[in-house]
Amino acid sequence: MPEVHLPTTLTPLFAGLPRRLQVDAGTVAEAIVRLDERWPGLRDRLCEPGPALRRHIHVYVDRERAGLNTRLGPRSRVDVIAAISGG
Amino acid sequence: MPRTLLVIGTRKGCFLLESDDRRRFALRGPFCEGWPVYHAVYDPDSGAIYAAAASEWHGSAVWRSADLGETWRHSSEGLAYADGGRKLSKVSTLAVAHGRVLAGVEAVGIFESRDGGETWSLLSALEGQPGRERWDDPASQPPGRLGVAAILPDPDEPARFWATVQGIGVFETADDGRTWTPRNRGLRAEWPREHEEVGFCVHKLVRSSADGDRMYQQNHCGVHRSDDGGLSWVEITEGLPSDFGFAAAAHPHDRDTFYVVPLDPGHGRCMPEGRAAVWRTRDAGSSWQRLDRGLPQQSAYLGVLREAMAIDASDTPGLYVGTSTGQVFASADEGERWSEIASYLPPISSVEVAILD
Repeated sequence: MPEVHLPTTLTPLFAGLPRRLQVDAGTVAEAIVRLDERWPGLRDRLCEPGPALRRHIHVYVDRERAGLNTRLGPRSRVDVIAAISGG
Repeated sequence: MPRTLLVIGTRKGCFLLESDDRRRFALRGPFCEGWPVYHAVYDPDSGAIYAAAASEWHGSAVWRSADLGETWRHSSEGLAYADGGRKLSKVSTLAVAHGRVLAGVEAVGIFESRDGGETWSLLSALEGQPGRERWDDPASQPPGRLGVAAILPDPDEPARFWATVQGIGVFETADDGRTWTPRNRGLRAEWPREHEEVGFCVHKLVRSSADGDRMYQQNHCGVHRSDDGGLSWVEITEGLPSDFGFAAAAHPHDRDTFYVVPLDPGHGRCMPEGRAAVWRTRDAGSSWQRLDRGLPQQSAYLGVLREAMAIDASDTPGLYVGTSTGQVFASADEGERWSEIASYLPPISSVEVAILD
């Protein structure tokens, strides 16, 4: 099952949301939907209407920059990054 | 003595300042996970605090605390335009009245929540107003891109309120946002305008609690008064050191008393000559008094934004001013004497006050 790594800016917003968890999903978008089912509102924090990833949210699948439609393998690692922003 | 609660919105979260005597204040925060907060308000009916915030990473949301800051939740469910064309970049302002929360946003629109900020729906986008088709164009917006910068509810009529659109002017609705009327007659603007009734830069609109027909505003171009509920305006800038400023406050019991914080109008937008002062009129703008006792009088290049001054409703009202460099100044005697009650907060965008029983 793919393993999703979430940024420290996201986890305090939802009770019980861990930094790292396994999600049964075939694409990045599906993984986000699965997370939103468990933590309602989470999708809005990563995506804007369209849907599209928010401008400063970067996603990597197996160390390659990815989008919502990027496919996940059964052992994929998904890194969700809050891109560096000014102080 | 009742407890005084100040709700402070800053660039790095929401803070609370509390006092039993309006002199010594205790600070709590930061809340809202340090998200930039544009405007935070207190709802006296429910006791909830709402904060309009926008994270660079995670977007806009309205935070809510039902227990005076102990716990917080956030939601943006429904806070989006459904047509796909317009994008909601931020929630700029909040107002609470008659059992609902109103949120003013950019691109220009007003959303409402009737369930305490859990879900939102579009109430009005002020369609049909003169020049409306260009309001959402970033190229024609002032810096800051606030869109609907303020909402002023009527305390008695739920369907009546005023909305300030940044760089465009004030609009009144009496039918809950279905129709609007520009309320800018008599205002001054120092730039070309395409339409007679709009194109004015209203920084802060306030209404007297003692007389609903009496309004004041700090405009980009001068300070103005209305004696007919915003139908017409007269300028009352004479006697002030600058016609520019953002913040304003109306006395809760005396319709003729009103406060502003004049600023240099250039890039700096700080208090003139590095000497801090709040200015007060007690005669509806015929004359002004400089109030600076207890405020720093040298090398004090302080800015105060449009929502960063508040006045409480005590018999002798207290005044509270938050600066763009993180100080909060308070006066317990209508501005006569001031003290610094917080010194090192992040840049302050809003100050609201509530008296708790």
